[in-house]
Amino acid sequence: MSGFFDYLIPLLSNVGIFIILALGLNLINGICGQFSLGHAGFWAVGAYAAGAYGLYFAPEIPNFINLFISCLVGMITSALFGLAIGIPCLRLRGDYLAIATLGFGEIIRIVIMNTDKLGGPRGMTNIPHWTNIFWVYAWVILFIFIIVNFLKGPHGRAMISVREDEIASESMGINTFKYKTMAVVIGAAMAGVAGALFAHGQQFLHPNNFTFMWSVIILLMIILGGLGSVTGAILGAIILTILPELLRFMGTTIAEWRMVIYSLLLIALMLWRPSGILGKREINLLGLFKKGKT
Amino acid sequence: MSQNFIYLCYDILQYLVNGLAQGSIYALVALGYTMVYGIIKLINFAHGEFYMIGAFIGLYLVSLKLPLYLVFPLAMISSGLIAVIVERLVYKPIRYAGKIPALITALGASLFFQFGGQLVIGADSKSFELPYQDKTYILGEVSVTSTQLIIMGVTFFLMLFLWWLVKHTKIGKAMRATSFNRDAAELMGINTDMIISFTFFLGASLAGAAGVLVGMYTNTVNPLMGMIPGLKAFIAAVLGGIGIIPGAVLGGLVLGVAENLVVGLWVSTYRDAVAFAILILILLFKPSGLLGRPTGEKV
Repeated sequence: MSGFFDYLIPLLSNVGIFIILALGLNLINGICGQFSLGHAGFWAVGAYAAGAYGLYFAPEIPNFINLFISCLVGMITSALFGLAIGIPCLRLRGDYLAIATLGFGEIIRIVIMNTDKLGGPRGMTNIPHWTNIFWVYAWVILFIFIIVNFLKGPHGRAMISVREDEIASESMGINTFKYKTMAVVIGAAMAGVAGALFAHGQQFLHPNNFTFMWSVIILLMIILGGLGSVTGAILGAIILTILPELLRFMGTTIAEWRMVIYSLLLIALMLWRPSGILGKREINLLGLFKKGKT
Repeated sequence: MSQNFIYLCYDILQYLVNGLAQGSIYALVALGYTMVYGIIKLINFAHGEFYMIGAFIGLYLVSLKLPLYLVFPLAMISSGLIAVIVERLVYKPIRYAGKIPALITALGASLFFQFGGQLVIGADSKSFELPYQDKTYILGEVSVTSTQLIIMGVTFFLMLFLWWLVKHTKIGKAMRATSFNRDAAELMGINTDMIISFTFFLGASLAGAAGVLVGMYTNTVNPLMGMIPGLKAFIAAVLGGIGIIPGAVLGGLVLGVAENLVVGLWVSTYRDAVAFAILILILLFKPSGLLGRPTGEKV
């Protein structure tokens, strides 16, 4: 039985990490409508910043305080990268923005690959193990709370208006550039926390953990759940993290077909249900979420 | 000092030659990107995969001991046909759904070919045997291999052919009309669906030829080989001005040369970052590309 829990608990904490990543990308892509393909880059920045803190700077204090500081380090570094990338890139629109963010994601990975202090192509090893499932879900709940309340407020409404029609919202006096940058910075900050939790959970980071493929998988999560829906992003993250594990039980051949199945899923979703499982609706769970009026 | 300077000049000339060979391949792939973008405003992420398919078909045909002048047309036609099938099955239904759904679909198609290819033909690299003896010609301190000459020759010939096709044939005129204004072209009796499929065919067959060339140049092919060159060819297309056919050629050559100069004179590990850095610079300072004209935004 304990073997089962040894398997289940890391899986569940991975689910939590992907929920945070999907929530962040959903804010950028789904709610603000700025199509980003570089989320794995922000994730990598957070993970490596937290890993560097854990390896080089961490003082001798209780683990949970260290984890908290490490998450803050990941969050702030990632948010700064979000700001630095967002300000130039957000002048672009649509598919150009997608390619530019993809480019930045890849550059981040290549720079990490060439930085010896961060382990370079060997990967970063011996990161202290501080993450546990309690703190992962503490962050998940905190972020869900923040996002849900943010969307109810004027800033969230402004972001949605940017998604619906950028020119119209600009002519209504909304500073669209400010809200687009805000979405990218908050999304990047969340990815940074996810990276920190990931680094202290896995204890090992390699640049190839953060390829473009992961940006696509996180994107698939929010599209599957429903672009723009908070509960949809959570649902998508849960499904796409559990699904490969279930496929593994169905034999090695099916597990090998995982990415092929994902790609067909992506195409099929776009062809038959581009709005995903939930569309823009929310699931009203125990009164935690008010039903979105969209 | 002056001796060193002369060696540096020879080095730079050598990188220029290597860069032109590499750049010709990017240019061939970029042509397909730019034509498809010009006609339906879709960034065809799966375009790099047609290049991979072309390389594998070329590998197979070369192993059958077919002569090169048969390998190229056959590889081009088959990767073109695969592109038409993909276009009819996947891109055509999504055409009116907007840019982002189409982009995601293209991404899906690209992943499908990459991972499907890994399962069907195996993830390991396969070696591409040259059907001829590779010779090296040395001029001064600069060396050129016969493969590099073949690459530049084939690219030049294909571009000449493309120019003739687009400028001097009826179907080329129809392509230009469709890319200028699809509705108006349709009203004039052009079968735009057919023209769009033909554009995919043409672009993918050029990519297929580039795949065979790169197989000959690097001597290895693998199912993931299409991804990075595909992105770089897209960057080349943006660099030259997307939708502009001469722009794709210029962008491809500039990118190939820039990459080889950086690799040769600075550090080789940043090879892939060069292209993305160029992309971001061009998007920021001249988003319409080197040969493009800026367009305003309409409400």
